[in-house]
Amino acid sequence: MTTTSTPPDSRTEAALALGDDALVLSHRLGEWAGHAPVLEEEVALANIALDLLGQARVLLSSVGDEDELAYLREERAFRNLQLVEQPNGDFAHTIARQLYFSTYQTLLYGQLAAADGELAPLAAKAVKEVAYHQDHAEQWTLRLGDGTAESHARIQRGLDALWRFTGEMFQPVVGLDIDRTALRESWTASVTAVIERATLTVPSGPQSGAWTAGAGRQGLHTEPFGRMLAEMQHLHRSHPGASW
Amino acid sequence: MSSSTEWPLWEIFVRSRRGLSHTHAGSLHAPDAEMALRNARDLYTRRSEGVSLWVVPAAAITASSPDEKDSFFEPAGDKPYRHPTFYDIPEGVKHL
Amino acid sequence: MATRRTIESNEPNDRSGGSLRSRGTEMATAAAQKAAETEPGGAGSTAARAAEQQAAFDEAVAADERIEPRDWMPDAYRTSLIRQIAQHAHSEIIGMQPEANWITRAPSLRRKAILMAKAQDEAGHGLYLYSAAETLGVSRDELLDKLHSGRQKYSSIFNYPTLTWADVGAIGWLVDGAAITNQVPLCRCSYGPYARAMIRVCKEESFHQRQGYESLLALSRGTQAQHEMAQDAVNRWWWPSLMMFGPPDEESSHSEQSMTWKIKRHSNDELRQRFVDICVPQAESLGLTLPDPDLKWNEARGHHDFGPIDWTEFWDVLKGNGPCNDQRITQRRRAHEEGAWVREAAAAYATKQAGAPRADTAATAHGEATA
Repeated sequence: MTTTSTPPDSRTEAALALGDDALVLSHRLGEWAGHAPVLEEEVALANIALDLLGQARVLLSSVGDEDELAYLREERAFRNLQLVEQPNGDFAHTIARQLYFSTYQTLLYGQLAAADGELAPLAAKAVKEVAYHQDHAEQWTLRLGDGTAESHARIQRGLDALWRFTGEMFQPVVGLDIDRTALRESWTASVTAVIERATLTVPSGPQSGAWTAGAGRQGLHTEPFGRMLAEMQHLHRSHPGASW
Repeated sequence: MSSSTEWPLWEIFVRSRRGLSHTHAGSLHAPDAEMALRNARDLYTRRSEGVSLWVVPAAAITASSPDEKDSFFEPAGDKPYRHPTFYDIPEGVKHL
Repeated sequence: MATRRTIESNEPNDRSGGSLRSRGTEMATAAAQKAAETEPGGAGSTAARAAEQQAAFDEAVAADERIEPRDWMPDAYRTSLIRQIAQHAHSEIIGMQPEANWITRAPSLRRKAILMAKAQDEAGHGLYLYSAAETLGVSRDELLDKLHSGRQKYSSIFNYPTLTWADVGAIGWLVDGAAITNQVPLCRCSYGPYARAMIRVCKEESFHQRQGYESLLALSRGTQAQHEMAQDAVNRWWWPSLMMFGPPDEESSHSEQSMTWKIKRHSNDELRQRFVDICVPQAESLGLTLPDPDLKWNEARGHHDFGPIDWTEFWDVLKGNGPCNDQRITQRRRAHEEGAWVREAAAAYATKQAGAPRADTAATAHGEATA
């Protein structure tokens, strides 16, 4: 069982950061099952969730037992961004989260795929998946932003509310050798272009919280995450050592 | 919310692999062509069933009517000379 | 879940079918109507024409040919198909709920991926089936409306709760198993679009049943607690699964007509017996028992005998008194209502982009127009 007490090496740190991002967002998207605004979107959201879960499994398995890592770590040992653990909110909120995160993931995996590090093969496969997620988020941002007054207001609220979680994406991660400046510039340019095309306003507030202790990458999460993990882990933990 | 905002219906055609033509796979609803393509990708190719998609507004299709079936299709039935099997070729003649 | 079959026989007749039918008639048999109108001579020749159409239809069905959307068909055939296909589609999307209930708690990542993919398939199957229904001249919105207002039903099996993880396996094995038993013959249904949808569904379906069986097997061979969980689930799902085939043949009001029309190919009791015979050896391999003391092989019949089904419970659940009826329909309705602004937004965006109103095209769209 993995705990916070053993300091993970850099390879583990990188795999956990990316793997936990994918695992947690996949879980959140899985919560949409049976609640999507239209049937076609049930299928679309599930596809994205399944891609992410697949990435998570490869990443977690590369540094340990996927189920032990997913089900037996405590909240403080999770390395995912706070952005991905945010509750779904309404469909606009989910789309705003998707836009921010999938743009980041596309650029990040793009860089990793182009380099020759250990993560390159995974990144090369994943970048195709996440490019589609990004496209999905962009299509919906355009439609909600330039749709009705209500949808415009809702997606703007989502973008605004989640903006403060976006700065964390550009913090250094041990073991992730990437050009963070380029990542940030490309991300900002890409997201800005979509938001403006969608007749929306790029949020102007701070991109990270005031708490200097850190955020998700340091294992500091937001309150809803603990409840999410409680739900996700309870069955597995109720039957120690069982196979499923 | 009523049928006034129901998204239009699209007919989906999937090319299952290169070299084959697009085949009608089914239909779905989407607000516009771009979303129709994406919905079709998610719905009709999630088990690797396709390499290319066409989406066509169902309303844009003009179909022959079953009532015209006789006049449309029956006249082709008595022209067997269009088919190679109509012709008797002596045994032993090759490449025909 | 894959396709859940519709229990044709237990739904009250659709009293609002009038507008529906007229719309369908207007669209699918427009040509036929035009022909009838232009025919000189009035009522007499119209009647002759109707008899001719009926004869052509009967002949096609008898010859095992498929009826296609634009063919003439009796109103009652159309209504019956709409009711059955809609109920089938509704069952798919309501059927997502009891399983989605466990997506967030799936005990391993592998099981979680499987369950998500399965719930997604159910949405997909719902889509195939709504499309098939739309070829009969009814819109998906109308059908959803009827589901939400209780005027159309879904399979009663989904009014039971998934209380433990083992229920997910039991649903896969028993509920999907029963559904498959029902569905395979529907692939030869006389109505082309329904048969085609069912072929697609059945292809995708076998994964559902197998994963359920595999999941139950892991539990049965697992710890004592897991084994008990599996047995408890099978105990609760067995009888409702048998009820999925609908009431006994002698009480099944729609069955006979559906058989004549080749919408349906086997009787409720026939399919139920087939299912029981399939399940008994499978349960043995699972190391689980089926909760029926009367279940035993009957050499003379060449089938398993089984105990009486509690039809009182069946009818009660059907009427709305099941453990989850309200919950299921409330969630479905809420998802639809809360999604309204999203659908409106996308429609508004499309209108702006096209620079033209598009509601009209939606209204005339008919589905499988080329079929």
